[in-house]
Amino acid sequence: QKTVSGKVTDQNDGSPMLGVSVSVKGTSTGTQTDASGSFQVAAPANATLVFSFIGKATQEIAVGNRSTIDVKLVDDNKILQEVVVVGYGTQKKQDLTGSITSITSTDFVKGNIATPEQLVSGKLAGVQITSNGGAPGSGSRIRIRGGSSLSASNDPLIVIDGIPLDNSNVSGAANPLSFINPNDIESFNILKDASAAAIYGSRAANGVIIITTKKGSKKDKLNVAFSTLFSSASRVNNVDVLTADEFRTAVKTYGTATQQKLLGNANTNWQDQIFRTALSSDNNLSVTGNLKTMPYRVSVGYTKQNGILKTSSMDRTSTSVGLTPTFFKSHLKLDINFKYSSTKSNFADEGAIGSAIGFDPTQNVYAENKFGGYFQWLAQNGDLAGLAPINPLALLNLKSNVGTLNRMIGNIQADYKFHFFPDLRAVWNIGFDRSNTRGDQTESNLLSATSFTNQGSVGYYTQTRNNFTNQFYLNYVKGLNGQSINIMAGAENQGFVRENENGTTYGNSGVVPIYSYFKTDYALLSFFGRLNYALNDKYLATVTVRRDGSSRFAPENRWGTFPSVALAWKLNKEFKNDEIFSDLKLRFGWGLTGQQDLSTGDYPYLNAYTKGQGLKYQFGDRYYDLLRPNAYDPNIKWEQTASTNLGLDFGLKKARISGSIDVYQKKTTDLINEIDVAAGSNFSNKVTTNVGTLENKGLEVVINYTPIMNKNFNWDISGNFTYNERKITALTKVDNPTYVGVLVGGISGGVGNYAQVHSTGYTPNTFFVYKQVYDEAGKPIEGLFADLNGDGKITELDRYRYQSAVPKYFLGFSSQMSYKKASLGFVMRSNIGNYALNNIYSSMATYQNITGAGNFINNVSANVLETNFKTRTDQTILSDYYVQNASFLRMDNLNVGYNLSDLFRAKKIQAQLSFVVQNVFVITKYKGLDPEIADGIDRQIYPRPRTYSVGLNINF
Amino acid sequence: CKDLDTKPYVGQVSELVYQDANNYKEILAKLYAGLAVSGIKPKDDDVDLKNFDGGFQGYMRVYWYLQEFTTDEAIVGWGDPGLPDLHKMSWTASNAWTSAFYSRILFQAAVANEFLRETTDAKLSSRGIANSQDIKNYRAEARFIRALVYSHGIDLFGSIPLVTENDKVGSDLPKQASRQELFNYLETELKALETELPDARKNEYGRADKAAAWMVLAKLYLNAEVYTGQKKYSEAALYAKKVIDAGYTLENNYQHNFLADNHLSTENIFAINYDGNETQTWGGTTTIIHASIGGSMNAAEFGVDGGWSGFRTTKEFVSLFNDKADKRGMFYTNGQELEIDEVGTFSNGYAVTKWKNVKRDGKPGKNLTHTDTDFPLFRLADAYLIYAEAVTRGGSGDGTLALSLVNSLRKRAGATNLSSLTLDNLLAERGRELYWEAHRRTDLVRFGKFTTGYNWAWKGGIKAGKDVETFRSVFPLAASDLIANPTLKQNTGY
Repeated sequence: QKTVSGKVTDQNDGSPMLGVSVSVKGTSTGTQTDASGSFQVAAPANATLVFSFIGKATQEIAVGNRSTIDVKLVDDNKILQEVVVVGYGTQKKQDLTGSITSITSTDFVKGNIATPEQLVSGKLAGVQITSNGGAPGSGSRIRIRGGSSLSASNDPLIVIDGIPLDNSNVSGAANPLSFINPNDIESFNILKDASAAAIYGSRAANGVIIITTKKGSKKDKLNVAFSTLFSSASRVNNVDVLTADEFRTAVKTYGTATQQKLLGNANTNWQDQIFRTALSSDNNLSVTGNLKTMPYRVSVGYTKQNGILKTSSMDRTSTSVGLTPTFFKSHLKLDINFKYSSTKSNFADEGAIGSAIGFDPTQNVYAENKFGGYFQWLAQNGDLAGLAPINPLALLNLKSNVGTLNRMIGNIQADYKFHFFPDLRAVWNIGFDRSNTRGDQTESNLLSATSFTNQGSVGYYTQTRNNFTNQFYLNYVKGLNGQSINIMAGAENQGFVRENENGTTYGNSGVVPIYSYFKTDYALLSFFGRLNYALNDKYLATVTVRRDGSSRFAPENRWGTFPSVALAWKLNKEFKNDEIFSDLKLRFGWGLTGQQDLSTGDYPYLNAYTKGQGLKYQFGDRYYDLLRPNAYDPNIKWEQTASTNLGLDFGLKKARISGSIDVYQKKTTDLINEIDVAAGSNFSNKVTTNVGTLENKGLEVVINYTPIMNKNFNWDISGNFTYNERKITALTKVDNPTYVGVLVGGISGGVGNYAQVHSTGYTPNTFFVYKQVYDEAGKPIEGLFADLNGDGKITELDRYRYQSAVPKYFLGFSSQMSYKKASLGFVMRSNIGNYALNNIYSSMATYQNITGAGNFINNVSANVLETNFKTRTDQTILSDYYVQNASFLRMDNLNVGYNLSDLFRAKKIQAQLSFVVQNVFVITKYKGLDPEIADGIDRQIYPRPRTYSVGLNINF
Repeated sequence: CKDLDTKPYVGQVSELVYQDANNYKEILAKLYAGLAVSGIKPKDDDVDLKNFDGGFQGYMRVYWYLQEFTTDEAIVGWGDPGLPDLHKMSWTASNAWTSAFYSRILFQAAVANEFLRETTDAKLSSRGIANSQDIKNYRAEARFIRALVYSHGIDLFGSIPLVTENDKVGSDLPKQASRQELFNYLETELKALETELPDARKNEYGRADKAAAWMVLAKLYLNAEVYTGQKKYSEAALYAKKVIDAGYTLENNYQHNFLADNHLSTENIFAINYDGNETQTWGGTTTIIHASIGGSMNAAEFGVDGGWSGFRTTKEFVSLFNDKADKRGMFYTNGQELEIDEVGTFSNGYAVTKWKNVKRDGKPGKNLTHTDTDFPLFRLADAYLIYAEAVTRGGSGDGTLALSLVNSLRKRAGATNLSSLTLDNLLAERGRELYWEAHRRTDLVRFGKFTTGYNWAWKGGIKAGKDVETFRSVFPLAASDLIANPTLKQNTGY
């Protein structure tokens, strides 16, 4: 044992480095350098010292017989060379001019994750990922910087291995992305501002998510990775309804004599009946290596997810093959990717959730009857009562909907570097995305009055999707005298075909079967180019332009041009002796992007008729098919978003802090909007047209901090903060202050009632409600609302705009610690300033709800005990009393890991054991089940479960 | 490479649709079906109007609701939003039912206008299509449907936007027509149609003929005093008489008009057609029949698979049948109470058994869920009563004939003859003969008994019934349209 001392300096300029971790390899001994770069550490003679510092390559030096060791640390090329996928090419991270967030597999969220987008939930500034609920494989709503559209799609464009996907729904899957096994994903690159995204032109207005899948590489020896995860999910809480005793009291007080006779003696918690603790497993095996000289990666995965709602489940088998051969001394590189997955989903009838909330708790679950043994409401003649609520458990067990989705996606990219002109590359990428879905639905004859008449039913649905992409571009790169240029130009053609069919036949041959067929397609043709220019590695400029044509618009409106420009200045390169910054870059970008994803069909401009299917009208003794004109707007065109972004990237060497700050503004004009059309002027009451403008302004801050980094203990913290203000700036062609806006946010318990409005000057989805009047004790007074317009009566003119479903702030915070072989991490997310309409209260919290239409009674929300409201009216269901603050802080994920490699040291096997809890806790003032509701209207959500998982990863 | 000129696979570009004259009848079928169902797929799927539930937007269902639930004839126990407001007479301009019906009227008009624009002589000849009598009939019928829906518009809403084939799709805001302007338009249009439509009883069943146009005219004139302040009772009698003389005869059995095979009725002048297999909807007569069944009633006797326990009637209406021999008083009383203490409870109030999905031979219709029963919008008995009332109100006509026409209805029902006609006994007779056929609201308004002067159980929201504001004799224009079309002026009071 002896003392070794020395000094660590920066290779670049010879300056001393503070805070460099110096450790003795294989022990827990270590220290850090002081301000003069000096260190002193005790080490045995045969020891090896490890010098590490963020942004620098780690060095290992054998002590030998030396007592002084001076070290020069060099920049870690891996970091400096870090490459980001930017769309039709890649760029070095440090040369980016746009606002792009990149996240790789090491930073993904851990646990029982069946769908790709959940890998990055909470990890990205400016990106909001809201799961649609707790159903197995359930999808998510992704919003980048608020979303720049109103009634057109606000979903970002998703690009997988260079192939832009179709955003339309894939039938038979809860989530269009769930066909990808999350374990196959290498990185997510999110293009947020226009200067980054404009290369995708007309589909990029809501940002672009580029997903790159894992591939083999030349360096890989044979590597086998196996992971297995076992998890258990259970329900966190109940929707509060009256207990059986409370219900009996309520019916005795408020029900009629007839209704009181219906009461039973049981005490049934229907929610306990329909939910369960669900066990799931996920297994993945991947092999990477080289077949002779061809790198490959092959993987298979099998996921079995059971849902907490009984009978719901998802089984997915996925395979992926990636080959990356090179030819002609690496002049020609091929990148071949093929993925196939088969997902079988049991979709439970989620109506059972609502049914369980409202079902009479005084009835037993089962009864002796001819209807399958489930308690059911009967008419006086002993048949199932029409219109009566259905026993929730029967709804799950007597009905099935099984969908199988097979999806194949693949591409071949040929990247050729010209033989006698190596500065020029030609890239040709052809890809396909095909899927077919087959779903079968059955309904027992014992379920309801209607199914009894029909003697049950058997239905099916199928979907075939057939999309292709064909893209070609040339890329020229040249560096000269401190200048470098990178020019790319290309073209792309995409086609999307979708075909749906469904039918239902009935056990009763007298009931006419139902059949319906639909097929549609659209196409895009695009030309694009990009110029990157760098001067002295200090000043960077990017100019892009894309011209897009879409079949969704009339020939005269079909083409749109989407340019962008971005400038960046690496400020830290201006300092001679830079001891402080590892990175300091100022970015500015401006660009136009478009939107043509109308979500209302592929022919919005066309004056056309649609033929009815299965419905005829009688003239004389014959029945005639129906031809109906479609509502249309011949002049419909691109929605256009102009965005400006100002950003600063920074990295502080000694403090080990890095991050970025971005401010942005996005202005959307010619919003594609479904609006009420003046009655009589078109062929429906609503039509999709271009009207209005929308603005998003925001601030994003990302900070990554490594407070501790040494041999034994490593702690990374990262936080992101987003402020986004979304506002409609116009909704009519001519300014009209009396125009209320577009009513949205349909609520349950009131078909045809809308609780939100898109109004000029307000955030979209602002609640549009009546102002409740309260008594001195703060209790709402039934039926009493403020007469806001002072005309002496309460009419719809007294509705006012109150709060919004859109959060003003959202935050993500994650921490990952490792100490020796153990690790501990968590991810938290918070939305602030968003409100939700508790529609379960508003539709189910009056004593009137007890009354059924006939021979049955319904349970009500426990909120009725607070309000004592008796009658449900058009106005009470829209009371602002039910609009509640839905800000929340959620811990999404808590994970503990332990490295087991010692156990297998001899065999060079690496193994990691992990324990993960998901949905750990939620802190909120919101009174409903879960405050996280994408559109702000809390109907009956499939509850997000709390999940505990144990996982084992093995690599050898 | 895929080019950008894609065309729909399902559906057809208008230009191509109109190049084939065989399509015209299907467009016409949609116009008629628009009175019956909500969309173009069975069970109200693929609906015409967005944001309205499929079951809640069918023309006939909503028309029936607005004409019946607002009166003594019918009360509903369901709590669907806006629905209890109809009987309580507390609806607002955003009421889902009044708004849906308002949109329906203008939707029907817009579809008719498109057909008329695309089948002009010039358009036909440019497409090389010979202008046949069939096409002329289709055009006249499209105009008839438009006139029919506007006759409902003038009655229920008063002053609404008037759109014709001269308005372009999607450009200018439709102009609101005053009630007088609508009246003038309808009078001119229907008089023209009187010559252009096929002769009475000469068109296919379910399609309009001259007699249908006469009925709309007769009703328009009968209510002219309400609409314009001018009495047109002589004209009302004249047009009712044309119908009476057109060869229709009363069915011997009153209830045969309301059964699954009521297309056989000899007194149907114009009916909205339903078929349990081909024209399936949750609205239409499917609603009326299911919803009238509850309590101890046996659904099988009505040819359906179950009751929806919704509709009953008030004791004020039951009291019109003081002549117990009158077979038209079809009430189910077993287990039902005459008094309505609880609107939501089916056993409160007598149930009505007038509408059924069984045939004359007692066998059920084709389908136990969706009914075959057609909805006669106009039948001969109505023409008799219009004639009688118009003459009694001072219109020129034959008073003796008027009395004998009314008594022929009473005779069929097994009731004793009236000795003379008064406005009071005519209103009561219209109630007895035409109840639950979507006439009552119009009648009560015309007799000055809708908002004030006559009260019934739960009118105004209280059990005894109370007067309501007079402005409620017309419904409000849809709040959504006031937003979409700022040139509109809302009806007074709303």
